[in-house]
Amino acid sequence: MRLLLVVALDGLTYASWLFLVSAGLTFTYGVLRVLNLAHGNLYALGAYLGATLVLRYAATGSVPALAYGLLFLAAVVIGLVFGPLIERGFLRRVYSRDEEVQLLLTFSISLILEDVVKLVWGVNPIFADMPYSYLGRVRLGGVNYAWYPFLLTAIALAIGVLLWLVVTRTRLGKVLASVITDREVSLTLGINVPRVYTWAFTAGAVLAALGGALTAPMFSLAPGVGAEVLVTSFAVIAIGGLGSIGGAALGALIVGLARSAAVYFFPELDLFAIYLIMALVLLFRPQGFFGEIEVRRI
Amino acid sequence: MLARARTAIYVALGALVLLVGVPLLVSGWIVFLLTVAGAKALAVLGVVLLLRGKLLTFGHALYYAVGAYAAGMAVKYLAVREALVLLTLSLLAGVAMSAFLGLLVARYRAVYFALLNLAFSMVLYGILLKFYSVTGGTDGLGIAEPTLAGVRLSGSLLRLAMYELTVVLTTLLVYFTYRFFASPTGYTLRAIRDNEVRVEYMGVSVWRAVYVSYVIAGGLAAVAGGLIALSVGHITPDLAFWSQSGEFVFVAVLGGTGSMLAPAVGSVLFEFVRNYAFELSPYTWQMTLGIVLLLIIFFLPGGVWSLTTLAWRRAGR
Repeated sequence: MRLLLVVALDGLTYASWLFLVSAGLTFTYGVLRVLNLAHGNLYALGAYLGATLVLRYAATGSVPALAYGLLFLAAVVIGLVFGPLIERGFLRRVYSRDEEVQLLLTFSISLILEDVVKLVWGVNPIFADMPYSYLGRVRLGGVNYAWYPFLLTAIALAIGVLLWLVVTRTRLGKVLASVITDREVSLTLGINVPRVYTWAFTAGAVLAALGGALTAPMFSLAPGVGAEVLVTSFAVIAIGGLGSIGGAALGALIVGLARSAAVYFFPELDLFAIYLIMALVLLFRPQGFFGEIEVRRI
Repeated sequence: MLARARTAIYVALGALVLLVGVPLLVSGWIVFLLTVAGAKALAVLGVVLLLRGKLLTFGHALYYAVGAYAAGMAVKYLAVREALVLLTLSLLAGVAMSAFLGLLVARYRAVYFALLNLAFSMVLYGILLKFYSVTGGTDGLGIAEPTLAGVRLSGSLLRLAMYELTVVLTTLLVYFTYRFFASPTGYTLRAIRDNEVRVEYMGVSVWRAVYVSYVIAGGLAAVAGGLIALSVGHITPDLAFWSQSGEFVFVAVLGGTGSMLAPAVGSVLFEFVRNYAFELSPYTWQMTLGIVLLLIIFFLPGGVWSLTTLAWRRAGR
């Protein structure tokens, strides 16, 4: 019983983290129809910058509560710098080319950013656990669990609700829906489509960096983390359906719980439980749970 | 036109003789490098074949690893030592695996195709890593020196034999792929690139063309894996890792998809540049790759191979 609780808690934590990362990836894909293979590297950049800021800040010995704000700051800075840079500088030039060219382009950017991280932060692991340990621990049904994962879950929920509200309840949401449905018609309606693209990509970048920054206090950081994140969030959004925020939430929950169950019950399976689920889902529902079936044009 | 085709054949034969004679001219280390490049070119050839049908895979290292481990496990558990038998086993394992997974994968296109392949390759990576009692885990498997046509190989003789074997096999398989691409199924693949729905309307099975190409691509990568296993003498799960698949895609784009010879050119170029660039600056190696890839995407969409056609055209005038 206690074990089940731990599995559920771990699963929830993992799912929250997965949602934060994959929401950005799926949002970008939904609007731009480009799968950003550099997403994991934006995550790594956010995580490294967040960890550095927190470590510097902790060294000054000031009020620890402000460190959480620094994590958000790191995410926004990374997103605002790299989002427009990648979209305006590179992606914009290949929208008219084949889909595989766009994938290759983001792949090459991911290779470059991978080394940027190594050049700036070196290859030694970095660990900034202050925001994690500051919150302390809680006893829950006989289980001793840290508070920080709950904060992470709350933030993930908040972001999910915020995204949902923006998409369904605001003018911006309508503009997005219009751009997604038909780019040309949106242009004739007077919507500045290139700008929408830039902001949508930047929003995805901020979310990636935020996912990184918020998990920096939980795991130590080492090079290569970006690739791992990318591959996992791919699986999540493929299960949920590419382009669907709700799908990302469901996918994150499924993958999170499955992964944590695998860790406790079948430890030798944990690494590929995720991909097994993804392959199964895609077999029976190729477009994922909430994905739309694309109309094939002649 | 005919004269030009004849010149092309002479050039190709000359190149082949030169390739076979290379070990007489250069040091053993370069021979080894060329062996690796030649073997990997086969896996890249598979990626190029699929790219011609507009299918991008980020998991082709799956078949590369299947081929390598098929050979490696046959050496370890079945005590097979004959290189030709081992390579046949690699090929069979790769074809069997791609024939099975192809049933599932050939239904998908674009991002999903790339994704599913990636997922399967990561599943294999996980299996190779976790079942260390059989696969050796992260330590991998050491492979005892093979025999070729009954002759025991070791040291420089092994290096030389593997080089010649790689040259012969790669040439044969490149020719085979070239013929496949000129076959009706190959033409269907070209048509799929332009417009898949129209191909279906003509009553041609798109699925079949994609499936057959996928199986061939898998077989090519498996032979590459077998050759690498025998030449290097050691295999690790990293052979199945996504970055290996990424490397194949990179080399495919570097060489270009314009010709079946392009993967070999791209592959040799890549191995040499990697060796020197990696020694110069291990930290900016991937960045170099990324920048080169960006440059190719923007300024040389046909890859390095398109330079030769440019030169060819100029010479013809």
